[in-house]
Amino acid sequence: MTLVLVEVEDGAGNGAISEMSREALTFARRIAVPLDALVVGRAAAGVAGELGEYGVSRVYEASGSAFESYAPAAWAAAVVAASEASGDAGKAVLAAGTPRGSEVLAHVACRLGVSMAANVVAVENEEPFTVSRQVLGGAALEEMRLDDATVVLTVAGHTTEAQPAGTAVTCQVQPLDVAVSEQDLAARVVRVEPGEADASGNLKSAKVVVGAGRGAGGPGGFDDLLELTELLGGSLGVSRVVTSLGWRPHHEQVGQTGNRISPDVYIPCGISGAIQHWAGCSSAKTILAINSDPDAPMVTKAHYAVIGDMHEVIPAVNAEIRRRRGA
Amino acid sequence: MDVLVCIKRVPDVAGSVALTEDSMDVDARHVGYAVSPHEECAIELAVQVAKATDGAATVLTVGDEDAVEQLRDALAVGCGAAVLIEVEPRRYGPTDVAAAIADVVRDHEAQGRSYGLVLLGNDAADTGDFQVGVRLAYELGRPVVTGAATVEAAGESLVARVEAPEGAAVFEAPVPAVVTVMEGGVEPRYPSIPGRMKAKRVQIETVTPAREPVGSGRVRLHLPPVPPSQVEVLGKGAEAAPAMVDLLERLGVVR
Repeated sequence: MTLVLVEVEDGAGNGAISEMSREALTFARRIAVPLDALVVGRAAAGVAGELGEYGVSRVYEASGSAFESYAPAAWAAAVVAASEASGDAGKAVLAAGTPRGSEVLAHVACRLGVSMAANVVAVENEEPFTVSRQVLGGAALEEMRLDDATVVLTVAGHTTEAQPAGTAVTCQVQPLDVAVSEQDLAARVVRVEPGEADASGNLKSAKVVVGAGRGAGGPGGFDDLLELTELLGGSLGVSRVVTSLGWRPHHEQVGQTGNRISPDVYIPCGISGAIQHWAGCSSAKTILAINSDPDAPMVTKAHYAVIGDMHEVIPAVNAEIRRRRGA
Repeated sequence: MDVLVCIKRVPDVAGSVALTEDSMDVDARHVGYAVSPHEECAIELAVQVAKATDGAATVLTVGDEDAVEQLRDALAVGCGAAVLIEVEPRRYGPTDVAAAIADVVRDHEAQGRSYGLVLLGNDAADTGDFQVGVRLAYELGRPVVTGAATVEAAGESLVARVEAPEGAAVFEAPVPAVVTVMEGGVEPRYPSIPGRMKAKRVQIETVTPAREPVGSGRVRLHLPPVPPSQVEVLGKGAEAAPAMVDLLERLGVVR
């Protein structure tokens, strides 16, 4: 069976399946249906209905003291136990290409003694099993063969649109016994420290992101951008140049080594559009670039552009929004 | 505590990507090479942890002889020794790289150099396998934390912070351990002139792996199609502001 490790986000009631896990479930249906799923460290009953809509007929639930705080190896033990319980024919284990999904499946691949393909975007061939996956932050794709008895892969974020199955199935919750050794708990989370509230807001889930690059000119060059961010109710995201020059904190960075965003609207200002930045923002539905260089990659890849100095354009835009609001 | 930091020489691509004629590699003839931002931070953390614990930092890479350039860069910012596991990189997949590093760690241990901490980047900038650190940990039978922004030694254990939007997850693990690093927790230092001079004089240990590689499973690389530019230019300079706000209204983000 095809097994998907599902990440559940806190939310109303018993939580909801994360967007990227829903994408992974959608992708998994291309390999085989019906699906099995695994939820670790919390009750699966709250998401069983939603899992059924995505074609999952059985969800394993691994709970108990071993899963109270996150220990990647313990989670991997749960995945291996679920995969064994799920039956042998056409085995595949999938997770979303999130930090946690990638980490746990790397452990799983080691435990099973098989290869792992990270950030897969497509199945190219069933026999031999061949996938395409993102390399160079998505600037190139690699066709990769997976010749092992069990296929282990993570699904690249925002490359498959999450869609419920045509026909919903009844999803049954099955508690899973997992043998977790002391060694599996050796590296574990001992506490979680809440993040500081700042202009980056919830960058990864923001509907509007205003981006800033070298064109900001210096650490004092962000006031107008922050005002626009506030007027639009969005988040600020910056290019790597900005964080490596120390103008803004690293957690605001969008790109291959920063955040991957997928807003409805992304407004990159003074960002040239190196492939490392594009890796983090290419999933935006609409891109409106502001740049003084009409040939900058960010402009040619955008849907809309304003050609000009961001320090002239943004204050005028802010004033126009305020004027229309009658403020 | 002695620290080993593992880095990878990768093409320093920023603009468009070109492939070699056989489509098996990135053609880097015109772009140069670098190590990834994650690994620059891993080097910095290796130097900091070694200094704080009266140990030494050793840098290691698996690559061809040209990768000595990246080893010297790490030596120039505070690593004291360097190891080149000399291979033909395209024949080596993540399992092979982890096995080759593990063999060196065990050999050094047999010679009396034990690494309490092995650091790597979270993922290679080119192949993006997201697994070498974990595979190395399994090879060595050690605990592993991935994606850490910072790591500190605290007696017989390590404290690693993994940053996430909802806050920082603080991991503890007993030493010896493996930790993979993500950019953002430390500022990599720049090499000084004396640092560069010293780096030139360090004798680099060169090792040839004993095991035959199993490979990466790569069939070929290809480039996603680049759609023709369809950008609609709304205008120039401040005069474009009304057109831009009209668009933002149509998109429903200005009400």
